[in-house]
Amino acid sequence: MAKRRVELYVSTIKGAFIIKGDTSRRTWTIGKPHFLGSEANHLVRDLRDRKTLLLAARTGHLGPTVFRSNDNGRSWKEAKQPPAFPKAADGKDGAVINRTFYLAPGHASQPGVWWAGTVPHALFTSEDGGATWEHQAAFTRYVTSLKEQKPANIAETPGGAITHSILIDPRKAEHMYVSLSTGGFFETTDLGRTWRPMNDGSVACFLPDTTPEYGQDPHCAVMSPANPDRIYQQNHCGVYRLDRPGTQWDRIGLKLPKTVGDIGFPIVAHPRDQDVVWVFPMDGTSVWPRTSPGGKPAVFCSRNGGSSWVRQAKGFPESNGWFTVFRQAMKADTMDPAGLYLGTTAGEIWASRDEGSSWKAIASHLPRILSVEVGEA
Amino acid sequence: MTVRVSSHLHSYTDGKSSVEAEGSTLSELMADLDRRFPGIRFRVIDEQDRIRPHINVFVRRALVRDLACPLSPGDDVFILGALSGG
Repeated sequence: MAKRRVELYVSTIKGAFIIKGDTSRRTWTIGKPHFLGSEANHLVRDLRDRKTLLLAARTGHLGPTVFRSNDNGRSWKEAKQPPAFPKAADGKDGAVINRTFYLAPGHASQPGVWWAGTVPHALFTSEDGGATWEHQAAFTRYVTSLKEQKPANIAETPGGAITHSILIDPRKAEHMYVSLSTGGFFETTDLGRTWRPMNDGSVACFLPDTTPEYGQDPHCAVMSPANPDRIYQQNHCGVYRLDRPGTQWDRIGLKLPKTVGDIGFPIVAHPRDQDVVWVFPMDGTSVWPRTSPGGKPAVFCSRNGGSSWVRQAKGFPESNGWFTVFRQAMKADTMDPAGLYLGTTAGEIWASRDEGSSWKAIASHLPRILSVEVGEA
Repeated sequence: MTVRVSSHLHSYTDGKSSVEAEGSTLSELMADLDRRFPGIRFRVIDEQDRIRPHINVFVRRALVRDLACPLSPGDDVFILGALSGG
């Protein structure tokens, strides 16, 4: 059997890049920029057909759209009908999509189906591989009703009201989770017709009521590839684990060193072991610098579901490393041992081919990195 | 009539900075442009039919924000990226 190669799909504030590794994951080649100058929010490969790429992009001047490629980025076609809210009735102030933030291929049984999460909060679906997108009105009605009940609990981050971490249960297409920044973590069991909040145990440290039914700020939620009932969440206020069918989040980040804390953006689950999880903590003290704590960047890994953590910093700067890793910019491959990849606000890609034990910069001087996705050829 | 577009839109107009389109209002003109250059309208006009904040449209050299703006044959129209990035 031919050895597989890892490809990284990197979205930056100034365009998207495909970085190809060799079979040993030691040598990497950066391809030409795609849509140079565009804010590339999320470049995702469809692992169902291993062919389609979708890219959510916008520019400072031009509105948000979605581009598709069926030849690994050699050519692109724009969506005929990008995500857009319905036109409001005359005299009403209708909503406008600011950016498509998150793209997710649909369930394996639904080829061609994609989901998109946007700013402001909304979900869209495509049934034709990303060519046309339909607004999921039931979700918008649900979120609007939550906001009407508690306006401060469905709110905007500095990056807008973000819809992200669309997680689809591989056992059942109708079962999904979605996260809102801010708003919390939500579940549907009927393909998005109805939703319910699932935030018990997670904290909203920025609200007077710190344990509301909803209103928390999940930064990133992931479903363990080894067990879809195991969910990990990096929240604005801690690192959590949820084991379904339970509904109580456990703050596993409290076991991280107190000098580091458990604030961050990304979280990554191991491809085969449900108890292995990685985070990249940032400084969430005082005025929230959102930089590596103390200027000493490090990944922290737990191999027991969050009961204890190990610092993994070999290869990173030992001082004066003040970068940040955004919520969509840290991912794992499926190799053995698993490879890890993170993209920084300073435009560097760091890779580990030994599950985080050591790190090496494989790309530098890219624009600010917004997301990193992994594919294997 | 002639529509002049800034470089932001050249990926839609086959690299041309000046294209032809017809319409008796700015709305009709944008619809005709979208027929000729699919996708161009949504990049400059949002789903609520508002010109996007960092796009400037000039008709007869006057800044216009209303798609109902009437047009006459021979009018010059500019669709430009606003000076918003320094």
